[in-house]
Order: sequence, then structure tokens, then C-alpha cells
Amino acid sequence: MTALLEVTNLVKRFPIRAGLLIERTVGEIAAVNDVTFEVETGETLGLVGESGSGKSTTGYCVLQLLKPTSGSVKFEGTELTDLGREQLRKMRREMQIVFQDPYSSLDPRMTVGDIVAEPLIVHGIGTRKDRGIRIRELLDVVGFNPSFTNRYPHEFSGGQRQRIGIARALALSPKLIVCDEPVSALDVSIQAQILNLLKDLQRDFGLTYLFIAHDLAVVRSMSDRIAVMNKGQLVEIGPAEQVYTNPQHDYTKALLSAVPIPDPRAMKERKAARRKLRHALAEG
Amino acid sequence: MALLEVDDLRTHFFTREGTVRAVDGISFAVEKGKTLGIVGESGCGKSVTALSIMGLIPKPPAKIVTGSVMYEGRDLTKLSEHELEDVRGREIAMIFQDPMTSLNPTLTIGTQITETIRRHYDVPQAQANKKAVELLEEVRIPRADERLKDYPHRFSGGMRQRVMIAIALSCDPKLLIADEPTTALDVTVQASVLDLLDDLRHEHDMAMIIITHDMGVVAEAADDILVMYAGQIVEHASTLDLFDNPEHPYTEALLGALPQLEGEGIRQGRLTAIPGRPPDLIDPPAACRFGPRCPYAGGDSCTEQMPELRELRKGHWVRSAHPASERVRSEVPA
Repeated sequence: MTALLEVTNLVKRFPIRAGLLIERTVGEIAAVNDVTFEVETGETLGLVGESGSGKSTTGYCVLQLLKPTSGSVKFEGTELTDLGREQLRKMRREMQIVFQDPYSSLDPRMTVGDIVAEPLIVHGIGTRKDRGIRIRELLDVVGFNPSFTNRYPHEFSGGQRQRIGIARALALSPKLIVCDEPVSALDVSIQAQILNLLKDLQRDFGLTYLFIAHDLAVVRSMSDRIAVMNKGQLVEIGPAEQVYTNPQHDYTKALLSAVPIPDPRAMKERKAARRKLRHALAEG
Repeated sequence: MALLEVDDLRTHFFTREGTVRAVDGISFAVEKGKTLGIVGESGCGKSVTALSIMGLIPKPPAKIVTGSVMYEGRDLTKLSEHELEDVRGREIAMIFQDPMTSLNPTLTIGTQITETIRRHYDVPQAQANKKAVELLEEVRIPRADERLKDYPHRFSGGMRQRVMIAIALSCDPKLLIADEPTTALDVTVQASVLDLLDDLRHEHDMAMIIITHDMGVVAEAADDILVMYAGQIVEHASTLDLFDNPEHPYTEALLGALPQLEGEGIRQGRLTAIPGRPPDLIDPPAACRFGPRCPYAGGDSCTEQMPELRELRKGHWVRSAHPASERVRSEVPA
């Protein structure tokens, strides 16, 4: 089996600009620095790291929402970095994204129905009537009451809005969905609903996920394999179980030891262990 | 005697849409030197509780309708704004979630620390500066004396929260209220800030109220825990008893909804999601507020009357007609 997605030596640098009236580039920052990984069909690769680690930038580069500085992104063997606008647009049917913030990623002036229909219209799929049926189907699949298609996003809670965002991502029946912190704006009880939904959809439609999040427990619950990023670099990648129970890189160890877990007895030991590790890292 | 005693506190917001019962009859005490965790999801009233204690709720629209907040024999809800200012910072200090916005960007951090010191103590600026350097050293900010002249934007999120903690400690308060103190921080930074708070509360013999949505944070930091739901306390117990034997269906559900970091079959398993969402706090029905989402709800005891917060066993309080230890085996969730 070949990989659905192959990312090789991906680099994304952003210019650092200075000056008030006449801006000039004074340097560069490597947000993503030589990152290589593959994602197999039907699996979830979790991409975990702290803020500024480059995990979201990696996701955007995969979808060509940001143009990589160098490196290769292959989807089903097709090199995406060489494609022109029109070819890319066609490829995007296969690759969609679910954003973090269900408050700002939905156009407040569009109805729920129009939001979910938009990808279908952009790609010229179906008649108006077909689309109406498809929208109701999609909303039903994500657990959103299909009779609310004429309402606006602000009428719904964060969890319901995230369902709208997921329905939009599913509209074109993509193979790959990049989930960029899809539950970090949600409360725990709602977060569980959305994570379960994403698992169900993966099982029912054979979806492949690149699942980006900062919460290590959330990533673990979703992922077959996990990649850990720090300061633009991928420091460790492997099967979820292995990375979490036997981390190899010091940064992964520090990250895992820092997570507070809902077990007061275990926390006593974890607190002592993380202090020790922090001192060791500070000195070493 | 407890350091702080909150009794039947009700803070309501009077809005055009109706009266929002944000905090609706909560009672608890904080003992000297102990840490109380208040945990709950957005809108459960945990932050409004903290702001009510500090006298910081926006009036209008909010108003403390009933109840008292007794601190060392004085009812804080009855104090004038001027009297409250002597309590705030000096006796009870507070740190907030967002270290990016709770510091004034136009003043150096030295100015911001010394203004608190000089508000409460009659000391010359030079002495206040010296104290400020000591405080920054205490919260482990390197090169403290040089950094006094820096503005907040020169500090990272974790360092800003340390500055906030230094300001909070500046007058040696007996109680520190920390409202989501690490929510905006990365996990490794969170760990070091929590360790710092833990050290400081021992060194200063300070009581603490830590407010968070994160069960892991209370598990490590709190001696006792209040679980809040829809403006009310639904469970109150010691930390060990709460995690060992959660009684309220909501607490159980919250713990079940958390993804696990360690264990087997995590990838294949499903989380126990809680169906629905919390009730609207404008005119909530006089019934169990968790009832509509509760797998054990049934019969009139749940839909017609509000369960009382009752002491199920020593030190373990619960507001439910169906706590775990009273359920018979036939009551399996649907």
C-alpha cells in the first residue's frame, strides 16, 4: 500500500519585516524546518506540539493554503507544489480542512445551508435540488438537525457550529481531512461528542486524518501514529502507543511529563518526575 | 474558623432578555493554608463566583442578590468600594487567565508591581523597587533587577503570568484566587507555573482558590474540589474522594468524557459524551438542572423538584437524586 500523503523535506520560512513606512526584510524564521512524514490511507496521523511549533503551518502547507518554501508534498503520488491554480482547485476536492475556531471559520452572513453548499457550488456539483438533498444528508450525518438549514451560525453553540464546519469539509467526499485543533475551543463534554463524531465518520467513510492539536490526550485518543513537533522540527514519529509509553526524544518526555492527569495519586509522582526532568533539561 | 466562608451566594445578571442566574445559591469555606479547586465548564458560574468574592462583578447588570462572603469576620458584600480596595491585593489577591491582557502594556512591570506595594504600604519608591526585585526573583524571573524597566511585551506568556503572580504576592495575601491561571499557557509552561504556585503557597502559608475547567489541574493542585454546573455546586468533596468515588452523574460524565493519556485500547474506544448542553440560566425550571442530560433521571424527583446539596458521607456533598453509591443495579444508563 502506498501512502495517501507523502511530505518530504518540507520547509516553510516566513520573512521578518521591520521599518515603519518602508518595510524591509531583516531576516527569516523557519516555521517548518525539514519535515518528512507519510500518512497511509484510512489512518490518523496526530501532529502534536506547543504553540509556535509549526504544526498548523505544516497542515496549511500540505493543503497548499501556504506555499512551501521548499520540499515536496505528494497526494496519491501527485506532486502538489508544482500544480497551477486550476489543477490545485481540482485536487482540493480530495483534501479538506476543519478549523479550530467554529466562531470565526463560518461566514456569519451565510445560512447553514449555504455554508455547507458552498464547496458543491464552487466545484459545480449537482443541480440546486440535488444540493438541497445532499446538504440535508450531510447535516444529518454530523448530527445537526437538517431542518435548521435556513438559520445563521450565531444561533448555534460552539459544538453545533463545529458540526457545520465538519459537514462543509465532508461535502465533496474528500479522502483526506486536515483537522486543525478541531476541539480546542470546546468544553470537555462537547469535545467528546465531536471526537466521537470524527471517529465515526472515519470508520463510515474511510477518511484519512492529519489531526493537529496541542492536547496530548486528545491526540492520543484519535491517532494511530503520532508526530511530535518542536520549533519547526519533527522530533519524534511513531505508533501512538510507542511514542506515549516509551518516548525517545527528551522533548517528547518533557511534554508528556508536563500533562496534568485526572488522577490525584498518580499526580504526586508525576509532579516530582517533571521537576526532575526540567532540572535535567535546564542543566543539560 | 475558616478563612473565607461563602454562604448562599447568588449573583444574578439583570439583562434585557431576563435575569441570568449565573451563581445561584452556593456555599463553601476555604480553610487557612488549603487549596480549593472549583471546576466546571464554560458558563457554570465559576468565574462569577471569584469576581463576587472580590467585589469585581460589573454592577449593573450584575448584582449579589443574597448571601454573604465572610472573610475574617467581615462580610465583604457589605463593604464600600473604598473598604474593598484595602482588602483586594492586601488580604485577597487574584490572578487571571490571560496574562496578555491583565498587565498594562504602557507601564513598565516595575511600575506595575510597586504601585500595588505603595497602595497598601507607606514606603518610599526605592524600598518598593527593592521589594519588586525580590518578588521577581521569588517567581524565578532571571536578571530580575534589569527586567524591572521592561514593558510587558518583552515577556513571554509564562513570564507574564509570573509577573502577575509577583504582583499578587506583593502584599503577602492570605488568600490567592487563581482564575484559569494556566489555560492560556503551553503545557510545559503550565507545569512550571503550577509548580511555582505550589511552592509559593507553602512558603507563604497562603490559602488558594484555583478555578479551572481542567480536571487534571485540580487533581494535582487542590485539597478539596467543588464541581459546578449551571450556577450551582453539584458535588463537593476532598480531591481523593472525588476522583476515587465520584457521586454526581455530571462528575462521572465529565471524567468519562476526558480522553486518557495512558492505557490500552484508547484509539479504538469511544469517549462517553454528555448529550445536549447546559440549560439556559434565564428562568431555569425548578427541577434538577442536570436532569435533561442525566442518564439516571426519571420520576418526579428529577423533573419536579430541585435536589438539595446533601452530605452523603462525611465531607462529601452531592446535589442529585441518583448519586452513584445509592444507585441500584437495575439503574443502568439508557
